Amino acid sequence: MRNLVAIPVILLTVILQSAVISRVYLLSGIADLPMVMLAAWALQEDVDSAWHWAAATGLFVGFISGISWIVPFFGYMAIVFLARIFQKRVWQAPLLAMFSITFVGTIIVSLLSIVTLGFVGVPLPISDVLGLLTLPSVLLNMLIAIPVYAVMRDLARWVYPSPEVE
Amino acid sequence: MALALGGYFSSASNVFTGSLVNLQTWFSARFVAVQDFLTSPRDIASLRQRNIELEGEVAELQAQVIQLQQQVGKTQILAALVDFEQANPENRYLAAAVIGRDPSPFLHYVIINRGSNDGILRGMPVVTNQGLIGRIDAVIADAARIQLITDPASSVNVRLQNAETEASLVGSVTGDVTLQLIPQDINVQAGDLVLTSGLGGGYPPDLIIGQVVNVRSRDFDLFQQATVQPVVDFNRLEIVLVIVNFKPVDISPVEPAPAP
Repeated sequence: MRNLVAIPVILLTVILQSAVISRVYLLSGIADLPMVMLAAWALQEDVDSAWHWAAATGLFVGFISGISWIVPFFGYMAIVFLARIFQKRVWQAPLLAMFSITFVGTIIVSLLSIVTLGFVGVPLPISDVLGLLTLPSVLLNMLIAIPVYAVMRDLARWVYPSPEVE
Repeated sequence: MALALGGYFSSASNVFTGSLVNLQTWFSARFVAVQDFLTSPRDIASLRQRNIELEGEVAELQAQVIQLQQQVGKTQILAALVDFEQANPENRYLAAAVIGRDPSPFLHYVIINRGSNDGILRGMPVVTNQGLIGRIDAVIADAARIQLITDPASSVNVRLQNAETEASLVGSVTGDVTLQLIPQDINVQAGDLVLTSGLGGGYPPDLIIGQVVNVRSRDFDLFQQATVQPVVDFNRLEIVLVIVNFKPVDISPVEPAPAP
């Protein structure tokens, strides 16, 4: 039943992204709160619903955004996939895993956006995209990674309480 | 007594009165000190209480000032929009507030709080009192998405007022807008005004877009290019006007098919 918290959390995250985060620029880059939230959620040990969260968030972002739904949907799925791998490999250093996923995830979503927009004929100079958009976005995502990770860790403990030892 | 008060016994009374005055001064000073000691703690407590009350009032007033400043800002924007509407009576406008931006940094879209319930349709142009900002790209019941002219996929047919020529204005991923397809034989100068031409039926004619900032003309190019400074500050969009009586023309059936 507590899994239903996904609905308000995803709604709130995407609304915050559109109303607030998207207005805070560094050069032309902005942070991607839904992506960081999903990475933090998928890195939690007991969480088994990360795929559902990624699908729902991807579709909702695709609905709001002008970009094709393919980009957020498959981008977020790839991030959950990576997070699951990292969570098993570097489980002793969750913050290192969080930073790594944030970095790689931003690059993946950027690449997917470039490819998708290229298919529909939108001209994107790669040097501009990398220097003015992708790298600043990476930095902003790194900045919000730690607080988002802390919030999602507390949320995961509430949704999946560990059995008490007697 | 009268003689003493008149100062006739001054030499005789100096010693006596001087001692009295000194004694009274000593008593007075001690009394004031004791009074201060007895009354000051009560005063500090009441002052602290009063200070807390005043600080509360100051905070309340500061909040009111901020609210009023926001209202003044909004009123100024609305007044400017009303002026614009009165100056352009040929169009019917619907005001809408900008409530968000596109979550993707690659695109330049904004979201407004009016939708199909308010009569908004896809393709309607959107302006502010300063000039054109874009057109409606998608609509739901109570909201709509606007594709800004700075979007990399946006293309607007424009004319240069001073040069009497037409060109195409395209956006970019960084938000800069560029004029393309300017014939080489046209003399374009910085400061030339850029307006919509109305060609293609996507936008009504004569909406202001911006001014030419610089021109790039090379002999081996087929066309000149120019950078345009838009008149609208796209980072500070708050309230916009949708032109609701403009029906965009769909020219896709008459567009030539791409060569195989």
